[in-house]
Amino acid sequence: MKLEKIRPSEITPEHVYLSRRRVLRIGALALGTAALSACGLPSPSPEPTQTNPRVPKDLPTDKRDEFGDPANRWEEITNYNNFYEFTMDKQEVARLAQNFKTSPWTVTVGGLVNRPRTYDLDDLRKFGEEERIYRLRCVEGWSMVIPWLGFPLHKLLREVEPLSKARYVRFESLFDPDQMPGQRLSFYPWPYAEGLRLDEAMHDLTLLVTGLYGHPLPPQNGAPVRLAVPWKYGFKSIKSIVRIDLVEEQPATLWNTVAPHEYGFYSNVNPNKPHPRWSQATERRIGEPGRRRTLMFNGYERQVAALYAGMDLMKNY
Amino acid sequence: MRVWLRAHGLQALVHIGALIPLGVMIADYAQDRLTVNPIQELTLRTGKVALVLLVLSLACTPLNTLFGFRGALRVRRALGLYGFLYVVLHLLVFTVLDYVGDLALIVQTVLEKYYIVAGLAAFVLLVPLAVTSTRGWQRRLGQRWRALHRLVYLAVPLAVLHFALLVKSLVGRPEPLLWGALVLGLLALRIPAVRRAVARWRDRVRHTTSEWRVANRKWRMANSK
Repeated sequence: MKLEKIRPSEITPEHVYLSRRRVLRIGALALGTAALSACGLPSPSPEPTQTNPRVPKDLPTDKRDEFGDPANRWEEITNYNNFYEFTMDKQEVARLAQNFKTSPWTVTVGGLVNRPRTYDLDDLRKFGEEERIYRLRCVEGWSMVIPWLGFPLHKLLREVEPLSKARYVRFESLFDPDQMPGQRLSFYPWPYAEGLRLDEAMHDLTLLVTGLYGHPLPPQNGAPVRLAVPWKYGFKSIKSIVRIDLVEEQPATLWNTVAPHEYGFYSNVNPNKPHPRWSQATERRIGEPGRRRTLMFNGYERQVAALYAGMDLMKNY
Repeated sequence: MRVWLRAHGLQALVHIGALIPLGVMIADYAQDRLTVNPIQELTLRTGKVALVLLVLSLACTPLNTLFGFRGALRVRRALGLYGFLYVVLHLLVFTVLDYVGDLALIVQTVLEKYYIVAGLAAFVLLVPLAVTSTRGWQRRLGQRWRALHRLVYLAVPLAVLHFALLVKSLVGRPEPLLWGALVLGLLALRIPAVRRAVARWRDRVRHTTSEWRVANRKWRMANSK
């Protein structure tokens, strides 16, 4: 089978894609389960097709990370999600997030910067899109290989010009309990917030993600824009970002606030630092039997170890 | 048929009911319906079924002593043994499917996680109970059999502890607390003072309802004249 590579520029602009999807949803409802087995990306033609827009067809199957491990399938990546804003059930996020509105969307960048600015999705697209095949290691002891589409965060940070006082970057997700039923659970201090040290945020591996497998990011994976910090546990890679602030003090993050002894601020993937419930020495690669050893910094040690030179990583976990 | 059902209906129900989850798991495995993380799914399912069956087996004695439901006693052993079957499956998924028999890794993981220690302790306590569950052992051990089988009062709470320790947050997911309350309640019903108090309450309820019934009958008879 010949696989056509889809360039980001060939993809339907998201606002078109989304408005078409609203039309399609009616058709999909009428088709019921028949529509579930059918699949296909909304074609570039203006005529809506009666296929499920959420499962693109002709996805490449040859993508691998730099270790040669195959990328997980689209179905795996989009049906097994930790996204507590919707539900704690990983299998249910895709369904609950299917109508999530990702357009219009803005990301406000501010705090200790020279040029604060609010970006819409078209502004963000101007930073370019490149594919990065990253390993994602969840703190729960499972992992995937994911072909993200995005651009390094440092491109955006350079544009807003951080002040010399700025030492950390704080990220915030959308707070919208009407759309995100999980946010009605008052137990978690919503909105979801995450943070990176400025040098971590400026590292070339730190990606602002807008796509998956060459397609727009599905809602359950954190659409329209999320972070991918591949050497840290997955929860550091905050989803559905609406605010980015440069700050002086280490920002409070959701999981660190809820359970500080379990989730440190850094939360670098570290097989030597045990967690009370999940194995951090090993992981289950989704789609693979058994377990594999977890690598220091999730296999990105060569690239990022210098960021933590001289730090006791057992204390600063 | 009706006679057979009355005598064995509950037993048949227990055998069928206890084997259905296993059948569903096998069917789901064959049709690739165990999510993208099948090992975890099997771990969760076997664990949950084991807990349900063990708690049901704990409910049999109070159902008999307090509510005169003698049929419950006839299914107690089956419930306990099926519970143990799912505990064994749970452990096999962990050791064979998940850790593929890597003993060093298994030992490291067990020692590292309190929740596994609790779960393993529950399993160890259940082994002698499963072995001595036959009538032969019951006869041979006599009074000591009863004493030995009180280990289940420790094993089931340990299983609940195992569950409680592995959820992310008991506030966000209080299910283990509900199981804990249920198990504590079932154990409390075995304390003589509690049992007597419940029996008194039961008698009062029965008394009231029978008085009501008598009064009702009198009233109807008076009206029918």
